Amino acid sequence: MNVNRRIVTRASSIAAIAIAATIVLSSCAANEAAPSTSGSAAPVSKLSGTLNGIGSSAQGAAQTAWIAGFQTSNPKVTINYDPQGSGAGRTNFISGAADFAGSDAALKDTEIATPSPLCKSGTKAIDLPVYISPIAIAYNVAGLKDLKLDAATIAGIFKGAITKWDDAAIKSLNSGATLPSAPITVVHRSDDSGTTQNFTDYLSANAPTVWDKPAAQTFPYAVGDAAKGTSGVADAVKGAANSIAYIDESGATGLGIAQLKVGDSFVKINAAGAADVVAKSPAATGRGTNDLAIAIDRKNTDKNAWPLVLVSYLIVCNTYDDAAKGSLVKAYASYVASAEGQAAAATQAGSSPLAKDLAAKVAAAIATIK
Amino acid sequence: MATPTTGAIKARVRLGDRVFSSSTVFAGSLILVLLAAVAIFLIVQSIPAITAKAGTLPNAAPNFWVYVWPLVFGTVWAAAIALVIAIPISIGVALFISHYAPRKLSQGLGYVIDLLAAVPSVVFGLWGVLVLAKGIQPFFVWLNENLGWIPLFGGVVSGTGKTVLTVAIVLAVMVLPIMTAVCREIFLQTPVLHEEAALALGATRWEMIRVAVLPFARPGIISASMLGLGRALGETLAVAMVLSPAIVINFFLLTAQNPNTIAANIALQFPEASGVGINTLIASGLVLFVITFIVNAIARIAVNRRKAFSGAN
Repeated sequence: MNVNRRIVTRASSIAAIAIAATIVLSSCAANEAAPSTSGSAAPVSKLSGTLNGIGSSAQGAAQTAWIAGFQTSNPKVTINYDPQGSGAGRTNFISGAADFAGSDAALKDTEIATPSPLCKSGTKAIDLPVYISPIAIAYNVAGLKDLKLDAATIAGIFKGAITKWDDAAIKSLNSGATLPSAPITVVHRSDDSGTTQNFTDYLSANAPTVWDKPAAQTFPYAVGDAAKGTSGVADAVKGAANSIAYIDESGATGLGIAQLKVGDSFVKINAAGAADVVAKSPAATGRGTNDLAIAIDRKNTDKNAWPLVLVSYLIVCNTYDDAAKGSLVKAYASYVASAEGQAAAATQAGSSPLAKDLAAKVAAAIATIK
Repeated sequence: MATPTTGAIKARVRLGDRVFSSSTVFAGSLILVLLAAVAIFLIVQSIPAITAKAGTLPNAAPNFWVYVWPLVFGTVWAAAIALVIAIPISIGVALFISHYAPRKLSQGLGYVIDLLAAVPSVVFGLWGVLVLAKGIQPFFVWLNENLGWIPLFGGVVSGTGKTVLTVAIVLAVMVLPIMTAVCREIFLQTPVLHEEAALALGATRWEMIRVAVLPFARPGIISASMLGLGRALGETLAVAMVLSPAIVINFFLLTAQNPNTIAANIALQFPEASGVGINTLIASGLVLFVITFIVNAIARIAVNRRKAFSGAN
């Protein structure tokens, strides 16, 4: 008995030490990548200070990657990003509670008209497209590979007009595939989201006769199951046989992803195609200089184009009242839009890096931040 | 010279007494101030939503009441089903602990139930969506096929199992601990004299419980149910995670389109809300505030009216 107890105590004290060590070690490493390049004398950054950002949860994983990368090369800077949601981000930015915002929608006209107290009076806030994510049509049907769909069929499925997998509309697009004679379980977001906004925008542009509701953050039809967040939707699709959903591509791992009919050919989801569509889209109308809000061209039919795409913005002041804050924001935004920052987001968050000409435009806008 | 015969004797006021009495007065009034502050916040922030014109509200609702009505229905509906499930179970568990189980077992069981109360609601939500919803979906299909003629089980069965019935089961599990704890305490307070008298008259244990324990405990059971109802009405995260909501009013238990609850709707829509949308959500919070207030008031009235007949006095 005695011996046993001693062994137990010793084992538990070892465990306690191990746990304590893990906590101590991990606490100093939070937010920072391993300093693997510390040997190669990197130029020591003179920037210091703290920036607080609030906004889009879609950008959350990318912001984590950007913050880690930026803080590694600027060790005296602390950047916090709270992924509360796009609406919360814009509201907090306008009230001055956040130094910058992340948002799946550009600032609305009324929001531009009420400038943040952080911006120098007379100047405006600007939208910088920094995060591009293709939206996938993900499905879970046993034995079905390479599902092909066009906008009208997708609209029919998500509106509840097409209810079976072996419906004639799906069959005619997928000759040769074995489609089960099972009801389709549609899964959509239960929370308001930029993903729903972009998905419905795509359908109302490409299949207006079927999808007769305007683009909206809230899923507009009483059809199918609803689940919370990207992970909730992915989980619901994985759990339910014969289900289908729209979902940010990064969340669709392990599920089948449908090919999309663009123009006359079927396209597989691809990051370059998504970035290309955004780069070729016209600027939103009625915007000030340096504001790069984009009206995504959903009808782009280029080869390999993927017009079912979400653009998320970094919203900052063009001129900050506090010059030190301005230079911090400028440095951070430059890193975010740089090839390095975009690559980090692509590996960590599964986003599509900005196309070259758009990246150049964004960099030019960032250069004017003061 | 004061006349010692008239006038009350005045005790010396000691510092300790003063400090203690004023601190209790402070604590008592603080709760009122807090309640008033919350109410004022809700009312002030609600006004823009209640007066909003058609077209500015979320879900394309023509006015605020149209927007909030399905949510009110969903809130009461989900909580009511949860209570229907939880009341018999909690009375059963409490009776088992107080009158049937051996002493040692009943103590252990009591601890386990109190432990359930300490589980955070997000864990119940995860369990509901990852385990219960998936596991119970085939049973829903069976219910729909065999009992589909009952309107409650009609409609098209949800493929994911994320229905209002699943939510109600999760809510029932969440409210069980508080309801069981209150019921158990009340059952244990039954006058032993009543119980022994019933047994002496030849009653079986079940008859003794029926004639002595349950009538005595009725107000307690009602207040336990109301405590449970209060928690079920306000539960947010578990509902937001489990339920598959839609903007509908229906009594189907097994379909994918379920009326949402007010609290879950706020949690789901607040992050992306802006402008009048935020006011609308806060106004729906005010409605929930009023509903819980009414529920508590009804509970009070019920308990007070029954008190006279219960034998508790």
